[in-house]
Amino acid sequence: MVLKVFFPTCCSSAESGILIGRWISEQSSAVVLAVVHFPFIPVQVKQYLSHVQQVTKIKVSVLGSWSNSKREKEESLSKFLEDLGTIFAHEPWIQISKEGDSKFWSCSTLQKESNSSKEEEIILVYYDQRKVMLSQLHPPANTSTDPKADDASKLTAVFDTVANSKILFMTDKYDDGPVKLTHWQSDGVEASIIVELLKQASVPVCLLLTFLLSLTSVVCKSRMLKFWPLSFLWSKLSTCEQLGHRLQHLQIISSSKKAQNQTQLMRKANIFVSLLIDVALGILLMSWLYRKSRIGHLADTLIPVADHIAKELQDLLQWLMGAPAGLKMNRALDQVLGRFFLYHIHLWISYIHLMSPFIEMILWYVGLSACLGLTVALCILSDIIALLTFHIYCFYVYGARLYCLKVYGLSSLWRLFRGKKWNVLRQRVDSCSYDLDQLFIGTLLFTILLFLLPTTALYYLVFTLLRLLVVVVQGLIHLLVDLIDSLPLYSIILRFCRSYRLAAGVKFRVLEQKQGKPLRLLMQINPLSYGSLVQRYRLPTCSCYPKDSWTSLCRKLFFGELIYPWKHKGEKQD
Amino acid sequence: MAENQRTGAPLALRRRHHSASCRELAVRAPRLQLRALSTLTSAVWLAAYGLFVLCENSMVLSAAIFITLIGLIVYLHFVKVDQESLLIIGSLGIQVTSSYASGKESTTFIEMSQVKDVVINEAIHMQKIIYYLCILIRDPQDPQGVSEVVPLFQSSKPRLDCLIEVYKSCQEILQQRETAPQSSEIK
Repeated sequence: MVLKVFFPTCCSSAESGILIGRWISEQSSAVVLAVVHFPFIPVQVKQYLSHVQQVTKIKVSVLGSWSNSKREKEESLSKFLEDLGTIFAHEPWIQISKEGDSKFWSCSTLQKESNSSKEEEIILVYYDQRKVMLSQLHPPANTSTDPKADDASKLTAVFDTVANSKILFMTDKYDDGPVKLTHWQSDGVEASIIVELLKQASVPVCLLLTFLLSLTSVVCKSRMLKFWPLSFLWSKLSTCEQLGHRLQHLQIISSSKKAQNQTQLMRKANIFVSLLIDVALGILLMSWLYRKSRIGHLADTLIPVADHIAKELQDLLQWLMGAPAGLKMNRALDQVLGRFFLYHIHLWISYIHLMSPFIEMILWYVGLSACLGLTVALCILSDIIALLTFHIYCFYVYGARLYCLKVYGLSSLWRLFRGKKWNVLRQRVDSCSYDLDQLFIGTLLFTILLFLLPTTALYYLVFTLLRLLVVVVQGLIHLLVDLIDSLPLYSIILRFCRSYRLAAGVKFRVLEQKQGKPLRLLMQINPLSYGSLVQRYRLPTCSCYPKDSWTSLCRKLFFGELIYPWKHKGEKQD
Repeated sequence: MAENQRTGAPLALRRRHHSASCRELAVRAPRLQLRALSTLTSAVWLAAYGLFVLCENSMVLSAAIFITLIGLIVYLHFVKVDQESLLIIGSLGIQVTSSYASGKESTTFIEMSQVKDVVINEAIHMQKIIYYLCILIRDPQDPQGVSEVVPLFQSSKPRLDCLIEVYKSCQEILQQRETAPQSSEIK
């Protein structure tokens, strides 16, 4: 079996001593964690190691010897190093020696029962101790399902060993312990007054926030707001859903519970950063809106635009009431439908004009909500669009209902034509013998419905297209909101600045070789790709749009079933 | 020494024996042809100039330059693979690296405990049969099963004679493993 020695790069210039680390026997690999310098007392080293073992729960032991001689190899030293193997019993005893400034180290193993006939091959793998300690290994999704299988993975074991032996690295250069060690060292912990103050302040701030949040959620859950018209209204306004979503986020951040694992910690940090950026963007938007009385301009343009839309709709209806695109419609039905819709638009225009003096004030107060975040402002925009195009929605519903009625009537009468009927009890089509008068009436009704269908279909088509336009605009706004909500910004920044922190795996580089010396490899950390990063750390969103496939959407449109906001209600009734 | 299966362009296979249990096999694709590049660029610019003469809007020209630049960057950075290499380290694992023309490298390392075997597979593509080398990944639940197949040399697509050489040197190292050798070749 090939022996692998994982050696930290920071120890390559250490003075002679002994290697301590972990021996993973099932993979026959040794993870060197530190070098203990001469002179030392073996008993003290053993005590120190047992102390480290207790704290880290890792089997840290003396693995072998390390000699770094500036000059020629000394015979006595090598004899002494071999003798050390008898004091610290370890199987096998690894001897690494570096001569001068040579890049090629010689490496040998010593077996107690020297029955191994052939020379064992050794691979030296250099690793950066700091990066490996700080990085978080993300195994591919298919292996993470089975936690037991993960333990067999070599790299996870190596990473865990280095990450768990943090206690070993806590001591810095200036600590005087019983044993002198060389390993990766922090340059002392920097203390900043601002950071300390922030840390101190964060606890009461979190407590206050939690209290306020619990108060808000109590108010929101109170019975006053649960009555039928209000609760219905809340569920239809996307602003309320977004506010609820943000409230949940704040609760997660301000909870005093410690994050149990890395994923939860990252989730908290991601939520925090996305919240901060959201609010910052919102305040930017607000400062832009309230300067130079832009709100007034907006209100002044809003009313003429609504008027213009109503005017265009009226023109469209007039066109439909004539002979649209040269089609010859049923005149009486056409006139009735057209007048009905015209009256509706008339009502709408008078409603808008009634509202017009207050629009600016409403906009002014609504604009203040942008300080809660850009997403809230966008949701309000989407709601305003929904309210201003309410007439289009009404037209669509009327048209769809009428069309739906006709399609269903036609389909059932077509069954009558063929001498069949729909059996409700058995949920299937049965054959049935009809009387002559039944057939006569059925045929008559079928003919009438068939000839009236084009007129309703035309109205339905036009208003569905208008409605789809509005839905697409709203959908784009919601897409933007979801993007801001779900993007794991903290992880992305971390990946960008400290790419080793989020590791997908490792990669090896073969270093220069020399005949007769062990193979030298450099282990580098392979950072997670941005795509898988977003997939893994994406925050859940309140997806309030339906997940219809395109075919089911087309089917619904063809049969005149209502799309978008009514879908939710239908699901709940089921 | 080898050729691409589809286009017939010459590929270079380079073998390096670092030690008894460590081998590197690299397939190098032909470099980007300057002639093809300049032809394409001048074609785009001529088309843009034609449009400019027709509609007399100088936006067309700047858009053409912009599109060419962006297209070149995207092509060099994400599409054009210069070299695909396979580093096999006995008892550690197999590392698959593809380096793009812009210098970007994408690396995946598969540990030896996960590798079940390396085989040459044949597949029907359009109207002909092509051969490709792939790594079979062991299923963690079922030691006999294969959970995933990782195809190698996907962009250079070397011919069978080249694949056989790579396959032989892979098998030499894989046979050094102490674990029970499986010989379930699909070839």
